[in-house]
Amino acid sequence: MSENNTENRNGQDTEAKFTPEMNPPDRDLPAPEGEVVTSKGFLRRFLDTPADNTAKTMVVALGLCFVASMIVSAAAVSLRPLQEQNAALDKQVNIVQVAGLYEDGIDVAETFEAFEPHVLELATGEFTDQFDPYQFDDRAAADDVTLSAPLDDDPANIGRQANYVTVYLLRNEDGSLDKVILPVYGYGLWSTLYGFIAVEEDGNTIYGLQFYEHAETPGLGAEVDNPRWKALWNDKLLRTDDGKGELAITVAKTAPPAGEDYHIDALSGATLTSRGVDNLIRFWMSERGFEPFLERVRAGEI
Amino acid sequence: MAQTYRTMLVDPMVDNNPITLQVLGICSALAVTSSLQVAMVMTIAVTLVTGFSSMFISVLRSQIPSSIRIIVQMIIIASLVIVVDQVLKAYAYEISKTLSVFVGLIITNCIVMGRAEAFAMKNPPFASFVDGVGNGLGYGLILMLVGFIREFLGSGSVFGITVLQTVNNGGWYVPNGLLLLPPSAFFIIGLIIWAFRSWKPEQVEDREYRIQTVEAH
Repeated sequence: MSENNTENRNGQDTEAKFTPEMNPPDRDLPAPEGEVVTSKGFLRRFLDTPADNTAKTMVVALGLCFVASMIVSAAAVSLRPLQEQNAALDKQVNIVQVAGLYEDGIDVAETFEAFEPHVLELATGEFTDQFDPYQFDDRAAADDVTLSAPLDDDPANIGRQANYVTVYLLRNEDGSLDKVILPVYGYGLWSTLYGFIAVEEDGNTIYGLQFYEHAETPGLGAEVDNPRWKALWNDKLLRTDDGKGELAITVAKTAPPAGEDYHIDALSGATLTSRGVDNLIRFWMSERGFEPFLERVRAGEI
Repeated sequence: MAQTYRTMLVDPMVDNNPITLQVLGICSALAVTSSLQVAMVMTIAVTLVTGFSSMFISVLRSQIPSSIRIIVQMIIIASLVIVVDQVLKAYAYEISKTLSVFVGLIITNCIVMGRAEAFAMKNPPFASFVDGVGNGLGYGLILMLVGFIREFLGSGSVFGITVLQTVNNGGWYVPNGLLLLPPSAFFIIGLIIWAFRSWKPEQVEDREYRIQTVEAH
Protein backbone atom coordinates (compact mmCIF):
# COMPACT_ATOMS: atom_id res chain seq x y z
CA MET A 1 0.00 0.00 0.00
CA SER A 2 2.77 2.44 0.97
CA GLU A 3 4.57 1.63 -2.25
CA ASN A 4 1.47 2.59 -4.19
CA ASN A 5 1.20 5.88 -2.37
CA THR A 6 4.68 6.95 -3.29
CA GLU A 7 4.03 6.17 -6.93
CA ASN A 8 0.92 8.31 -6.89
CA ARG A 9 2.60 11.19 -5.18
CA ASN A 10 5.34 11.18 -7.81
CA GLY A 11 2.68 11.19 -10.48
CA GLN A 12 0.94 14.22 -9.05
CA ASP A 13 4.09 16.20 -8.64
CA THR A 14 5.01 16.06 -12.27
CA GLU A 15 1.58 16.42 -13.83
CA ALA A 16 -1.89 16.99 -12.37
CA LYS A 17 -3.76 15.25 -15.18
CA PHE A 18 -4.43 11.60 -14.47
CA THR A 19 -3.18 9.62 -17.38
CA PRO A 20 -2.61 5.91 -17.10
CA GLU A 21 1.02 6.42 -18.12
CA MET A 22 1.76 8.74 -15.22
CA ASN A 23 -0.20 6.72 -12.69
CA PRO A 24 0.34 3.01 -13.15
CA PRO A 25 -2.85 1.08 -12.36
CA ASP A 26 -2.80 -0.38 -8.87
CA ARG A 27 -2.91 -4.06 -8.12
CA ASP A 28 -6.68 -4.26 -7.67
CA LEU A 29 -7.38 -2.95 -11.11
CA PRO A 30 -5.12 -4.33 -13.82
CA ALA A 31 -5.48 -2.44 -17.08
CA PRO A 32 -7.00 -4.59 -19.82
CA GLU A 33 -4.22 -6.03 -21.86
CA GLY A 34 -3.87 -5.60 -25.58
CA GLU A 35 -5.72 -2.32 -25.61
CA VAL A 36 -4.18 0.82 -27.02
CA VAL A 37 -3.91 3.24 -24.12
CA THR A 38 -4.77 6.38 -26.09
CA SER A 39 -8.05 4.94 -27.40
CA LYS A 40 -9.57 4.58 -23.93
CA GLY A 41 -12.71 6.60 -23.18
CA PHE A 42 -12.89 9.11 -20.39
CA LEU A 43 -14.79 6.77 -18.03
CA ARG A 44 -12.36 3.88 -18.60
CA ARG A 45 -9.42 6.18 -17.94
CA PHE A 46 -11.10 7.39 -14.78
CA LEU A 47 -11.82 3.87 -13.54
CA ASP A 48 -8.27 2.78 -14.27
CA THR A 49 -6.79 5.65 -12.33
CA PRO A 50 -5.56 4.37 -8.98
CA ALA A 51 -7.98 5.15 -6.20
CA ASP A 52 -5.40 7.09 -4.20
CA ASN A 53 -4.75 9.74 -6.83
CA THR A 54 -5.55 13.18 -5.34
CA ALA A 55 -7.64 14.36 -8.26
CA LYS A 56 -9.56 11.12 -8.24
CA THR A 57 -10.10 11.37 -4.49
CA MET A 58 -11.70 14.77 -5.00
CA VAL A 59 -13.85 13.55 -7.87
CA VAL A 60 -15.02 10.48 -5.93
CA ALA A 61 -15.80 12.57 -2.82
CA LEU A 62 -17.73 15.24 -4.73
CA GLY A 63 -19.52 12.75 -6.95
CA LEU A 64 -20.58 10.59 -4.04
CA CYS A 65 -21.81 13.59 -2.04
CA PHE A 66 -23.77 14.76 -5.06
CA VAL A 67 -25.42 11.38 -5.69
CA ALA A 68 -26.13 10.79 -1.97
CA SER A 69 -27.65 14.24 -1.50
CA MET A 70 -29.88 13.68 -4.52
CA ILE A 71 -31.15 10.38 -3.13
CA VAL A 72 -31.74 11.87 0.32
CA SER A 73 -33.55 14.94 -0.99
CA ALA A 74 -35.63 12.84 -3.37
CA ALA A 75 -36.76 10.66 -0.46
CA ALA A 76 -37.43 13.64 1.81
CA VAL A 77 -39.37 15.62 -0.77
CA SER A 78 -41.44 12.75 -2.10
CA LEU A 79 -42.42 11.51 1.38
CA ARG A 80 -43.06 14.91 2.98
CA PRO A 81 -46.79 15.15 2.15
CA LEU A 82 -47.38 11.75 3.77
CA GLN A 83 -45.36 12.73 6.84
CA GLU A 84 -47.21 16.00 7.31
CA GLN A 85 -50.47 14.16 6.94
CA ASN A 86 -49.34 11.72 9.64
CA ALA A 87 -48.34 14.49 12.04
CA ALA A 88 -51.65 16.30 11.51
CA LEU A 89 -53.57 13.06 11.88
CA ASP A 90 -51.74 12.26 15.10
CA LYS A 91 -52.85 15.58 16.62
CA GLN A 92 -56.39 15.07 15.37
CA VAL A 93 -56.55 11.59 16.88
CA ASN A 94 -55.59 13.05 20.25
CA ILE A 95 -58.20 15.80 20.06
CA VAL A 96 -60.87 13.32 19.02
CA GLN A 97 -59.79 10.97 21.83
CA VAL A 98 -59.82 13.60 24.56
CA ALA A 99 -63.35 14.55 23.52
CA GLY A 100 -64.36 10.91 23.90
CA LEU A 101 -65.37 10.47 20.26
CA TYR A 102 -62.65 8.00 19.35
CA GLU A 103 -63.48 4.42 18.47
CA ASP A 104 -61.32 1.90 16.66
CA GLY A 105 -61.68 2.12 12.92
CA ILE A 106 -63.39 5.50 12.67
CA ASP A 107 -62.41 8.00 9.99
CA VAL A 108 -60.45 10.45 12.14
CA ALA A 109 -60.29 13.23 9.56
CA GLU A 110 -64.06 13.10 9.10
CA THR A 111 -64.78 13.08 12.85
CA PHE A 112 -62.33 15.91 13.31
CA GLU A 113 -64.34 18.13 10.97
CA ALA A 114 -66.90 18.46 13.77
CA PHE A 115 -64.34 20.46 15.77
CA GLU A 116 -64.12 24.22 15.21
CA PRO A 117 -60.56 25.50 15.62
CA HIS A 118 -60.08 29.07 16.84
CA VAL A 119 -57.02 31.09 17.71
CA LEU A 120 -57.57 32.50 21.17
CA GLU A 121 -55.92 35.53 22.72
CA LEU A 122 -55.23 34.28 26.23
CA ALA A 123 -55.22 37.66 28.03
CA THR A 124 -58.68 38.66 26.85
CA GLY A 125 -60.28 35.27 26.26
CA GLU A 126 -61.44 36.52 22.85
CA PHE A 127 -60.97 34.76 19.52
CA THR A 128 -58.77 36.59 17.06
CA ASP A 129 -58.96 36.69 13.25
CA GLN A 130 -55.32 37.68 13.02
CA PHE A 131 -54.23 34.12 12.24
CA ASP A 132 -55.65 31.27 10.24
CA PRO A 133 -56.53 28.63 12.86
CA TYR A 134 -55.73 25.84 10.38
CA GLN A 135 -52.21 27.16 9.89
CA PHE A 136 -51.37 28.59 13.33
CA ASP A 137 -48.48 26.77 14.99
CA ASP A 138 -48.75 26.90 18.79
CA ARG A 139 -45.24 25.59 19.40
CA ALA A 140 -43.65 28.11 17.05
CA ALA A 141 -45.69 30.91 18.62
CA ALA A 142 -44.39 30.05 22.10
CA ASP A 143 -40.83 30.58 20.83
CA ASP A 144 -41.62 33.68 18.77
CA VAL A 145 -40.48 36.83 20.59
CA THR A 146 -43.29 38.91 19.10
CA LEU A 147 -46.01 36.41 19.96
CA SER A 148 -44.96 35.33 23.45
CA ALA A 149 -43.82 36.73 26.76
CA PRO A 150 -41.31 35.40 29.28
CA LEU A 151 -42.71 34.16 32.60
CA ASP A 152 -41.27 35.28 35.91
CA ASP A 153 -43.43 33.12 38.11
CA ASP A 154 -43.45 29.93 36.11
CA PRO A 155 -44.97 26.94 37.94
CA ALA A 156 -45.37 24.86 34.77
CA ASN A 157 -41.70 25.46 33.91
CA ILE A 158 -42.30 26.46 30.30
CA GLY A 159 -40.10 29.57 30.13
CA ARG A 160 -42.16 31.57 27.66
CA GLN A 161 -45.89 31.59 27.24
CA ALA A 162 -47.50 32.34 23.89
CA ASN A 163 -50.11 35.12 23.78
CA TYR A 164 -52.19 33.12 21.35
CA VAL A 165 -53.15 29.42 21.32
CA THR A 166 -55.38 27.25 19.20
CA VAL A 167 -58.48 25.91 20.95
CA TYR A 168 -61.13 23.60 19.54
CA LEU A 169 -64.88 23.84 20.07
CA LEU A 170 -67.22 20.91 19.77
CA ARG A 171 -70.88 21.80 19.27
CA ASN A 172 -74.08 19.82 19.64
CA GLU A 173 -76.29 19.32 16.62
CA ASP A 174 -78.45 22.33 17.59
CA GLY A 175 -75.37 24.58 17.59
CA SER A 176 -75.01 24.91 21.36
CA LEU A 177 -71.58 24.35 22.86
CA ASP A 178 -70.76 20.79 23.94
CA LYS A 179 -67.07 20.87 24.92
CA VAL A 180 -63.99 23.02 24.58
CA ILE A 181 -60.61 21.37 23.96
CA LEU A 182 -57.72 23.38 25.37
CA PRO A 183 -54.01 22.70 24.82
CA VAL A 184 -51.90 22.45 27.99
CA TYR A 185 -48.23 21.73 28.55
CA GLY A 186 -45.65 21.84 31.27
CA TYR A 187 -42.59 20.14 32.69
CA GLY A 188 -42.84 16.79 34.48
CA LEU A 189 -39.78 14.90 35.68
CA TRP A 190 -37.73 14.40 32.49
CA SER A 191 -39.68 16.10 29.80
CA THR A 192 -42.30 18.61 28.81
CA LEU A 193 -45.72 16.98 28.71
CA TYR A 194 -47.95 18.20 25.87
CA GLY A 195 -51.63 17.46 26.03
CA PHE A 196 -55.23 18.53 25.71
CA ILE A 197 -57.90 19.02 28.34
CA ALA A 198 -61.56 18.79 27.41
CA VAL A 199 -63.93 20.97 29.47
CA GLU A 200 -67.72 20.73 29.37
CA GLU A 201 -69.98 23.57 28.23
CA ASP A 202 -70.40 24.82 31.84
CA GLY A 203 -66.72 25.89 31.75
CA ASN A 204 -66.02 24.08 35.00
CA THR A 205 -66.46 20.32 34.60
CA ILE A 206 -63.52 18.38 33.16
CA TYR A 207 -64.42 15.80 30.58
CA GLY A 208 -60.93 14.37 30.06
CA LEU A 209 -57.20 14.96 29.90
CA GLN A 210 -54.75 13.40 27.51
CA PHE A 211 -51.05 13.87 26.85
CA TYR A 212 -49.85 13.23 23.32
CA GLU A 213 -46.15 13.81 23.83
CA HIS A 214 -43.88 13.24 26.80
CA ALA A 215 -40.82 11.23 27.82
CA GLU A 216 -41.61 10.31 31.42
CA THR A 217 -40.31 7.09 33.02
CA PRO A 218 -41.97 4.04 31.48
CA GLY A 219 -44.13 2.20 34.00
CA LEU A 220 -44.11 5.11 36.48
CA GLY A 221 -44.53 8.65 35.15
CA ALA A 222 -45.60 7.34 31.75
CA GLU A 223 -48.70 5.97 33.49
CA VAL A 224 -50.22 9.39 32.66
CA ASP A 225 -51.20 7.52 29.50
CA ASN A 226 -52.94 4.74 31.43
CA PRO A 227 -56.66 4.78 30.53
CA ARG A 228 -57.53 3.95 34.13
CA TRP A 229 -55.76 7.04 35.40
CA LYS A 230 -57.12 9.25 32.62
CA ALA A 231 -60.62 8.11 33.55
CA LEU A 232 -60.17 9.68 36.99
CA TRP A 233 -60.37 13.14 35.40
CA ASN A 234 -63.87 12.65 34.11
CA ASP A 235 -66.46 14.82 35.93
CA LYS A 236 -63.94 16.55 38.20
CA LEU A 237 -64.49 20.27 38.79
CA LEU A 238 -61.98 23.07 38.22
CA ARG A 239 -63.36 25.74 40.59
CA THR A 240 -65.57 25.76 43.63
CA ASP A 241 -68.98 27.42 43.74
CA ASP A 242 -70.00 26.49 40.16
CA GLY A 243 -66.90 28.10 38.72
CA LYS A 244 -67.19 31.39 40.57
CA GLY A 245 -64.93 30.37 43.47
CA GLU A 246 -61.29 29.48 43.86
CA LEU A 247 -59.31 27.23 41.53
CA ALA A 248 -59.39 23.97 43.51
CA ILE A 249 -58.41 21.19 41.09
CA THR A 250 -55.45 19.23 42.53
CA VAL A 251 -53.39 16.19 41.59
CA ALA A 252 -52.23 14.89 44.97
CA LYS A 253 -52.13 11.91 47.30
CA THR A 254 -54.89 13.27 49.49
CA ALA A 255 -58.02 15.22 48.65
CA PRO A 256 -57.86 19.03 48.96
CA PRO A 257 -60.08 20.84 51.53
CA ALA A 258 -62.60 21.56 48.77
CA GLY A 259 -63.41 17.84 48.56
CA GLU A 260 -63.18 14.77 46.34
CA ASP A 261 -64.73 16.51 43.34
CA TYR A 262 -61.55 18.51 42.93
CA HIS A 263 -59.08 15.69 43.56
CA ILE A 264 -57.25 13.44 41.12
CA ASP A 265 -55.25 10.74 42.84
CA ALA A 266 -51.52 11.16 42.11
CA LEU A 267 -49.67 8.37 40.32
CA SER A 268 -47.92 6.06 42.73
CA GLY A 269 -44.16 6.00 42.26
CA ALA A 270 -44.26 9.14 40.13
CA THR A 271 -44.35 11.99 42.60
CA LEU A 272 -42.52 14.47 40.40
CA THR A 273 -44.53 13.72 37.27
CA SER A 274 -47.75 14.06 39.29
CA ARG A 275 -46.53 17.34 40.72
CA GLY A 276 -45.70 18.51 37.20
CA VAL A 277 -49.19 17.65 35.98
CA ASP A 278 -50.69 19.41 39.01
CA ASN A 279 -48.61 22.52 38.32
CA LEU A 280 -49.37 22.65 34.65
CA ILE A 281 -53.11 22.16 35.09
CA ARG A 282 -53.31 24.78 37.82
CA PHE A 283 -51.23 27.17 35.71
CA TRP A 284 -53.24 26.78 32.51
CA MET A 285 -56.59 26.93 34.30
CA SER A 286 -55.60 30.08 36.22
CA GLU A 287 -56.13 33.73 35.26
CA ARG A 288 -52.85 33.59 33.34
CA GLY A 289 -54.10 30.65 31.33
CA PHE A 290 -57.58 29.93 30.12
CA GLU A 291 -59.63 31.50 32.95
CA PRO A 292 -60.63 34.63 30.94
CA PHE A 293 -61.89 32.32 28.20
CA LEU A 294 -63.56 29.85 30.58
CA GLU A 295 -65.34 32.78 32.22
CA ARG A 296 -66.87 33.58 28.87
CA VAL A 297 -67.78 29.92 28.41
CA ARG A 298 -69.54 29.94 31.81
CA ALA A 299 -71.41 33.11 30.84
CA GLY A 300 -72.63 31.27 27.74
CA GLU A 301 -70.97 33.74 25.37
CA ILE A 302 -69.28 31.17 23.16
CA MET B 1 -14.18 -18.85 -1.15
CA ALA B 2 -13.94 -20.29 2.31
CA GLN B 3 -17.31 -18.97 3.36
CA THR B 4 -20.52 -20.02 1.69
CA TYR B 5 -23.56 -17.75 1.57
CA ARG B 6 -25.16 -20.02 4.14
CA THR B 7 -22.41 -19.59 6.69
CA MET B 8 -22.32 -15.84 6.02
CA LEU B 9 -25.98 -15.70 6.99
CA VAL B 10 -25.92 -18.17 9.88
CA ASP B 11 -22.55 -17.46 11.52
CA PRO B 12 -23.53 -14.03 12.91
CA MET B 13 -26.47 -15.60 14.77
CA VAL B 14 -24.53 -17.40 17.49
CA ASP B 15 -20.96 -18.22 16.46
CA ASN B 16 -19.97 -14.69 15.49
CA ASN B 17 -22.79 -12.61 16.89
CA PRO B 18 -22.09 -8.88 16.62
CA ILE B 19 -23.53 -8.17 20.08
CA THR B 20 -22.48 -11.14 22.17
CA LEU B 21 -19.11 -11.96 20.61
CA GLN B 22 -17.93 -8.67 19.14
CA VAL B 23 -19.84 -6.60 21.75
CA LEU B 24 -20.83 -3.96 19.18
CA GLY B 25 -24.07 -1.98 18.90
CA ILE B 26 -24.79 -2.18 22.63
CA CYS B 27 -25.93 1.43 22.90
CA SER B 28 -28.97 1.09 20.66
CA ALA B 29 -29.68 -2.36 22.09
CA LEU B 30 -30.28 -0.69 25.45
CA ALA B 31 -32.54 1.98 24.07
CA VAL B 32 -34.95 0.20 21.75
CA THR B 33 -35.66 -3.05 23.58
CA SER B 34 -38.36 -1.98 26.05
CA SER B 35 -41.00 -3.37 23.69
CA LEU B 36 -40.85 -6.13 21.10
CA GLN B 37 -42.59 -4.19 18.38
CA VAL B 38 -40.04 -1.40 18.51
CA ALA B 39 -37.18 -3.92 18.68
CA MET B 40 -38.53 -5.61 15.57
CA VAL B 41 -38.75 -2.39 13.56
CA MET B 42 -35.21 -1.52 14.65
CA THR B 43 -34.05 -5.00 13.57
CA ILE B 44 -35.58 -4.55 10.13
CA ALA B 45 -34.09 -1.07 9.79
CA VAL B 46 -30.59 -2.14 10.82
CA THR B 47 -30.71 -5.27 8.65
CA LEU B 48 -31.69 -3.26 5.57
CA VAL B 49 -29.08 -0.60 6.25
CA THR B 50 -26.23 -3.09 6.87
CA GLY B 51 -27.20 -5.19 3.86
CA PHE B 52 -27.51 -2.37 1.36
CA SER B 53 -24.64 -0.25 2.66
CA SER B 54 -22.33 -3.28 2.44
CA MET B 55 -23.55 -3.93 -1.09
CA PHE B 56 -23.05 -0.36 -2.33
CA ILE B 57 -19.67 -0.06 -0.64
CA SER B 58 -18.63 -3.35 -2.19
CA VAL B 59 -19.69 -2.16 -5.66
CA LEU B 60 -17.52 0.94 -5.24
CA ARG B 61 -14.71 -0.77 -3.31
CA SER B 62 -12.04 -0.59 -5.99
CA GLN B 63 -12.79 3.08 -6.63
CA ILE B 64 -12.83 4.25 -3.02
CA PRO B 65 -9.64 6.17 -2.18
CA SER B 66 -8.21 4.64 0.99
CA SER B 67 -7.50 8.07 2.47
CA ILE B 68 -11.20 8.95 2.61
CA ARG B 69 -12.71 5.47 2.77
CA ILE B 70 -14.29 5.90 6.21
CA ILE B 71 -15.99 9.12 5.12
CA VAL B 72 -17.18 7.47 1.91
CA GLN B 73 -18.63 4.60 3.96
CA MET B 74 -20.28 7.06 6.33
CA ILE B 75 -21.90 8.97 3.46
CA ILE B 76 -23.39 5.81 2.03
CA ILE B 77 -24.57 4.58 5.43
CA ALA B 78 -25.93 7.99 6.46
CA SER B 79 -27.88 8.39 3.22
CA LEU B 80 -29.48 4.99 3.67
CA VAL B 81 -30.34 5.74 7.30
CA ILE B 82 -31.98 9.04 6.38
CA VAL B 83 -34.03 7.29 3.71
CA VAL B 84 -35.12 4.63 6.24
CA ASP B 85 -36.01 7.35 8.75
CA GLN B 86 -38.07 9.23 6.18
CA VAL B 87 -39.89 6.06 5.12
CA LEU B 88 -40.69 5.22 8.76
CA LYS B 89 -42.04 8.72 9.37
CA ALA B 90 -44.24 8.37 6.32
CA TYR B 91 -45.52 4.82 6.80
CA ALA B 92 -45.06 3.93 10.48
CA TYR B 93 -45.51 7.23 12.28
CA GLU B 94 -46.32 5.81 15.72
CA ILE B 95 -43.23 3.60 15.74
CA SER B 96 -41.00 6.33 14.39
CA LYS B 97 -42.13 8.48 17.31
CA THR B 98 -41.01 5.78 19.78
CA LEU B 99 -37.73 5.10 17.97
CA SER B 100 -37.16 8.84 17.57
CA VAL B 101 -33.47 9.57 17.60
CA PHE B 102 -32.34 5.94 17.52
CA VAL B 103 -33.08 5.48 13.82
CA GLY B 104 -30.73 8.36 13.11
CA LEU B 105 -28.17 6.78 15.39
CA ILE B 106 -27.98 3.66 13.20
CA ILE B 107 -25.34 5.76 11.40
CA THR B 108 -23.06 5.38 14.40
CA ASN B 109 -23.93 1.73 14.98
CA CYS B 110 -20.55 0.03 14.98
CA ILE B 111 -21.99 -3.09 13.35
CA VAL B 112 -22.76 -1.26 10.11
CA MET B 113 -19.35 0.39 9.95
CA GLY B 114 -17.66 -2.80 11.08
CA ARG B 115 -19.10 -4.88 8.25
CA ALA B 116 -18.38 -2.17 5.68
CA GLU B 117 -14.75 -1.91 6.73
CA ALA B 118 -14.05 -5.57 7.53
CA PHE B 119 -16.03 -7.36 4.83
CA ALA B 120 -17.50 -5.18 2.10
CA MET B 121 -14.19 -3.50 1.21
CA LYS B 122 -12.72 -6.90 0.28
CA ASN B 123 -15.61 -8.95 -1.08
CA PRO B 124 -17.98 -8.92 -4.07
CA PRO B 125 -21.33 -7.12 -3.81
CA PHE B 126 -23.70 -10.05 -3.34
CA ALA B 127 -21.54 -11.72 -0.69
CA SER B 128 -21.32 -8.36 1.11
CA PHE B 129 -25.07 -7.98 0.98
CA VAL B 130 -25.60 -11.46 2.48
CA ASP B 131 -22.99 -10.77 5.14
CA GLY B 132 -24.65 -7.46 6.01
CA VAL B 133 -28.08 -9.04 6.26
CA GLY B 134 -26.67 -11.87 8.38
CA ASN B 135 -25.09 -9.46 10.82
CA GLY B 136 -28.23 -7.32 10.95
CA LEU B 137 -30.22 -10.43 11.80
CA GLY B 138 -27.69 -11.51 14.41
CA TYR B 139 -28.06 -8.10 16.04
CA GLY B 140 -31.84 -8.43 15.72
CA LEU B 141 -31.86 -11.85 17.35
CA ILE B 142 -30.35 -10.44 20.54
CA LEU B 143 -32.60 -7.38 20.32
CA MET B 144 -35.70 -9.55 20.13
CA LEU B 145 -34.50 -11.77 22.96
CA VAL B 146 -33.84 -8.79 25.22
CA GLY B 147 -37.06 -7.14 24.06
CA PHE B 148 -39.06 -10.23 24.91
CA ILE B 149 -37.65 -10.47 28.44
CA ARG B 150 -38.07 -6.73 29.07
CA GLU B 151 -41.58 -6.44 27.71
CA PHE B 152 -42.83 -9.68 29.25
CA LEU B 153 -41.55 -9.03 32.77
CA GLY B 154 -41.67 -5.24 32.60
CA SER B 155 -45.12 -4.66 31.13
CA GLY B 156 -46.64 -8.14 31.32
CA SER B 157 -47.24 -8.26 27.57
CA VAL B 158 -45.79 -9.73 24.37
CA PHE B 159 -46.01 -7.63 21.18
CA GLY B 160 -48.39 -5.32 23.04
CA ILE B 161 -50.80 -8.16 23.83
CA THR B 162 -51.37 -8.48 27.56
CA VAL B 163 -50.25 -11.84 28.96
CA LEU B 164 -49.89 -10.99 32.63
CA GLN B 165 -52.56 -8.51 33.78
CA THR B 166 -50.69 -5.81 35.72
CA VAL B 167 -51.81 -4.34 39.03
CA ASN B 168 -52.26 -0.91 37.43
CA ASN B 169 -54.90 -2.40 35.15
CA GLY B 170 -56.63 -4.35 37.87
CA GLY B 171 -54.70 -7.62 37.55
CA TRP B 172 -52.31 -9.43 39.88
CA TYR B 173 -48.92 -8.99 38.26
CA VAL B 174 -46.62 -6.39 39.80
CA PRO B 175 -44.39 -5.43 36.85
CA ASN B 176 -40.65 -5.11 37.35
CA GLY B 177 -40.07 -1.41 36.69
CA LEU B 178 -36.30 -1.81 36.37
CA LEU B 179 -36.77 -3.85 33.20
CA LEU B 180 -38.43 -0.89 31.50
CA LEU B 181 -35.38 1.27 32.08
CA PRO B 182 -32.38 1.09 29.71
CA PRO B 183 -29.83 -0.13 32.31
CA SER B 184 -31.69 -3.43 32.69
CA ALA B 185 -30.66 -4.31 29.11
CA PHE B 186 -27.04 -4.28 30.31
CA PHE B 187 -27.79 -7.04 32.79
CA ILE B 188 -29.80 -9.06 30.28
CA ILE B 189 -27.16 -8.76 27.53
CA GLY B 190 -24.51 -9.70 30.09
CA LEU B 191 -26.48 -12.79 31.04
CA ILE B 192 -26.99 -13.70 27.37
CA ILE B 193 -23.24 -13.39 26.72
CA TRP B 194 -22.61 -15.64 29.71
CA ALA B 195 -25.12 -18.19 28.44
CA PHE B 196 -23.65 -18.15 24.89
CA ARG B 197 -20.11 -18.58 26.15
CA SER B 198 -21.04 -21.42 28.48
CA TRP B 199 -22.74 -23.12 25.54
CA LYS B 200 -19.82 -22.45 23.17
CA PRO B 201 -16.66 -22.26 25.31
CA GLU B 202 -14.51 -21.45 22.23
CA GLN B 203 -16.01 -17.92 22.35
CA VAL B 204 -14.33 -17.24 25.67
CA GLU B 205 -11.46 -14.83 25.17
CA ASP B 206 -7.95 -15.61 26.35
CA ARG B 207 -6.95 -14.05 29.61
CA GLU B 208 -5.02 -10.85 29.19
CA TYR B 209 -2.87 -11.71 32.17
CA ARG B 210 -2.00 -14.81 34.12
CA ILE B 211 -1.45 -14.97 37.83
CA GLN B 212 1.93 -16.60 38.24
CA THR B 213 3.07 -18.50 41.20
CA VAL B 214 6.46 -17.30 42.25
CA GLU B 215 8.58 -19.89 43.89
CA ALA B 216 10.32 -18.76 47.00
CA HIS B 217 14.09 -18.93 46.98
